[in-house]
Amino acid sequence: MIEYEPVIGLEVHAELSTDTKIFCSCSTRFGSQINSNCCPVCLGMPGTLPVLNKKAVEYAVMAGLAMNCTVSEASRFDRKNYFYPDLPKSYQITQYDFPVCTGGHIEISQGDEKKVIRIARVQIEEDAAKLLHDKTGSDTIIDYNRAGVPLIEIVSDPDMASAAEAKSFLESVRAILRYIGVSDCKMENGSLRADVNISVRRKGDKAGTRTEMKNLNSFRAVTRAIRSEFERQVGLIDSGQAVLKETRRWDDTKGISIPMRSKEGANDYRYFPDPDLPEVLVSREWAEEIRRNIPELPNQKMARYMENYKLSEYCANLLTSSVEISEFFEVAAEKSGDPKSACNLITGEMARIMKERKLPEGDIPFGGEKLARLIDLVNLNIISTTAAKKVLEIMFETQSEPEEIVREMGLEIIADTEELSEIISETIKENLQTVDDYRKGKKKALGHLIGKAMARSGGRADPQILGKLLKVEMDKC
Amino acid sequence: MPSHMLCRKLRDRELGAVELTESMLNRISKQEKDLGCYLTVTGEDALCKAREVQTKLDSGVKLPPLAGIPIALKDNICTKGIRTTCASKMLENFIPPYSAAVAEKLDEEGMVLLGKLNMDEFAMGSSTETSYFKKTKNPWNPEFVPGGSGGGSAAAVSSGEAIMALGSDTGGSVRQPASFCGVVGMKPTYGTVSRRGLIAFASSLDQIGTLTKDVRDCALLMSLIAGHDPLDSTSFPMDHIDYTLYLHNDITGLKVAIPKEFMETGTDEDVKKCIYRAMETFEKLGANCFEISMPITEYFMPAYYIISAAEASSNLARFDGVRYGYRNEMYSGIEEMYKNTRSEGFAPEVKRRIMIGTFVLSSGYYDAYYKKALQVKELIKRQYQEAFQKYDVIMGPVTPSKVFRFGEKINDPIKISMGDIFTSSTNIAGLPGISVPCGFDDNEMPVGMHLIGKHFDEGTLLRTAYTFEQNTEYHLKKPPNGGKA
Repeated sequence: MIEYEPVIGLEVHAELSTDTKIFCSCSTRFGSQINSNCCPVCLGMPGTLPVLNKKAVEYAVMAGLAMNCTVSEASRFDRKNYFYPDLPKSYQITQYDFPVCTGGHIEISQGDEKKVIRIARVQIEEDAAKLLHDKTGSDTIIDYNRAGVPLIEIVSDPDMASAAEAKSFLESVRAILRYIGVSDCKMENGSLRADVNISVRRKGDKAGTRTEMKNLNSFRAVTRAIRSEFERQVGLIDSGQAVLKETRRWDDTKGISIPMRSKEGANDYRYFPDPDLPEVLVSREWAEEIRRNIPELPNQKMARYMENYKLSEYCANLLTSSVEISEFFEVAAEKSGDPKSACNLITGEMARIMKERKLPEGDIPFGGEKLARLIDLVNLNIISTTAAKKVLEIMFETQSEPEEIVREMGLEIIADTEELSEIISETIKENLQTVDDYRKGKKKALGHLIGKAMARSGGRADPQILGKLLKVEMDKC
Repeated sequence: MPSHMLCRKLRDRELGAVELTESMLNRISKQEKDLGCYLTVTGEDALCKAREVQTKLDSGVKLPPLAGIPIALKDNICTKGIRTTCASKMLENFIPPYSAAVAEKLDEEGMVLLGKLNMDEFAMGSSTETSYFKKTKNPWNPEFVPGGSGGGSAAAVSSGEAIMALGSDTGGSVRQPASFCGVVGMKPTYGTVSRRGLIAFASSLDQIGTLTKDVRDCALLMSLIAGHDPLDSTSFPMDHIDYTLYLHNDITGLKVAIPKEFMETGTDEDVKKCIYRAMETFEKLGANCFEISMPITEYFMPAYYIISAAEASSNLARFDGVRYGYRNEMYSGIEEMYKNTRSEGFAPEVKRRIMIGTFVLSSGYYDAYYKKALQVKELIKRQYQEAFQKYDVIMGPVTPSKVFRFGEKINDPIKISMGDIFTSSTNIAGLPGISVPCGFDDNEMPVGMHLIGKHFDEGTLLRTAYTFEQNTEYHLKKPPNGGKA
């Protein structure tokens, strides 16, 4: 049995979250009414000219720097020529020979294993319009709202050897872009899209002919498409057939890919420098200024959490998965002075509740300071950890103040000896057999009784005082 | 009558703005059937604007210099609400919802737009014969072409159907028709005038230029249209310039170079005679003329044709029938719609250039053609730069051939394109050039002289042209059928 492995490279397209489009001043807002965010420039009307949005360059440079790329002091826009109804000018303004950033890398982790994936280039380009096909099948509507939205294309080297690695790479890219705030990376809105280049080889051999998979709109699609394409190529090779160099379209519902066009018969894009746009100049000073504005990146943040808060790598990784969560955590940790508890609650109970409520990642309906106050309540021995979980649940529901919830629900710990003595005598009365067992020397029975008493208090009894009092009571005779 | 004289009359109340516009419109309606300069005449709007200007004049408001002066635009300059066709079937009914930067400036100045002028389709041609709509006759003799692509612009100014006109110059489309019709045509340095709203032919070469009755008018119009436009990324960040300040009747000590290749590249004897005579005039006026050599001349045409066609093939790709312009409705799929639309919407000359451009950019040929042409472009720039280290102005014929008759060259694209040889080199190098009347050939048709200047040195060009004009009388001779406004 010959062992094959896939050789995978990704082309990740991310829409930049600038307010306006890349070459005109139209809004980039997603979800606007069809064809409401367009003008003669992004419609490609005759005589119109592009003016580069400086913010798009800044964002692209920031993305490149965050992925350890070299920033080109001078890069260039080229025209990629082809006819398609979603392309207003019949050419896309993109970067070809001289992209804005080159030669970077990012680190991905698979469990404990770390791997460096090289970034070949980051280029700036304009998005095309969106084609909406009529349900009846005959008509197509062109929505130009998306035409001219700035994109960066991040091209990796073919450094990934499994679907899991590819997924991890995409997740890392997404986390970085979201961290630095240059893209919202919502795959469901199409603001993050990936094309996958894949070939197979015998382990240690040279890579074979590659195909390109398009239309991958979710992490799941990326994983499944890679697995499917890997199997398809291995199947071809095993049966003595050749893998054709082609572009394939992934159909996620059917779980198969269909050839779109073969590369041989592919468009000749006739790239040439766009004469309407001067070179893009990024001075060292500007690049440095952008670098200074890059916020802490996920892996840097992880290291800091492990160091400052003494968290495990596992926990630190979970907490840094999104900016929102990490910010929430830091507020909770700082205000409560108890990072461990903050971490436990966020990655445990809160994660569970959020999953149950199907809340999007990082979309916590209250601030970190509220969680800090809840932690304080536990640490001041006002409520128990069990009660804290109940309070959390209600905080998600009503966003009320934790103290208020505790008061309204009467969740405070009972530390009053008189009150506790009453609970104890009631408990003893109802469990005479257990008391008897204890007195006969079955010391374990004490724990059982504590549990019973705790239950009677509705979980509110101060466990230490309760334990002491109960023991005293039991040892009396 | 040139605009600088009309301006004074308007201000001194010797002439009313409405009266002036009316007289232009009358002339247009009388002459148009013979000349065919206009594709669209905007009479109502023109009168309206003229009245507006007159009201202001009457109320004593101080108006900018060219207020009230009738002007017309080549039909590839977008005008909001006014059909802009590029003389093509493709844009026969295209009404832009925006105006070109220059059109906005003219309007703000208070100039009166008379209409849109005929041209070669998408500015591709040298005789205005490739217009989808009609032929424009040379006002000096209707058997002859007015030149191109801006034949309508030059003929309108020459025949008095407009006081001034704007054209576009990609390889000589302002200067060559100016020369053929005996008017002054200037193509400024690339980046001087905003291209916003000019329907692109070859973006790295296109520049809007002026067609006027004399050099002073050229300076006046240039002062209005030149300047930085932040919405054109290739526009040069420059301050406002009053070009009339350069109009001194003095070229003492000016160093004028005449490349011998410009006189030897199939240049007609009649044309040469005129140029040599102009040279003598320059000498008499105190300038020093030198013969130089520019061996790169033989590569002007191929470089120009490759670069302009390559860019055109991309610029004209947007005319696909999807959003605006002509669409063939008999199709069964998108591919067929594209094919039918573009096959029918464009005429042969445009298709020829699109095909050449597509070819020179395609993989496998890119290096041999497009890339080579860009290298030649650098060499051309360098040879001009070297020449300008020693000389102030380079002089030569506008075009090797004298004015030709209809049909004489239309079936010989190579011959017709050779007409661009001298002018196109300045587009490649981004240099300013001006065409000034300097004589007549044996058919009694005008001959123009071409002056090329350093980057952004329109001032020296204007001074040279002005001095020549002040000391000669070619510009005063009028075509038999018009000339008086």
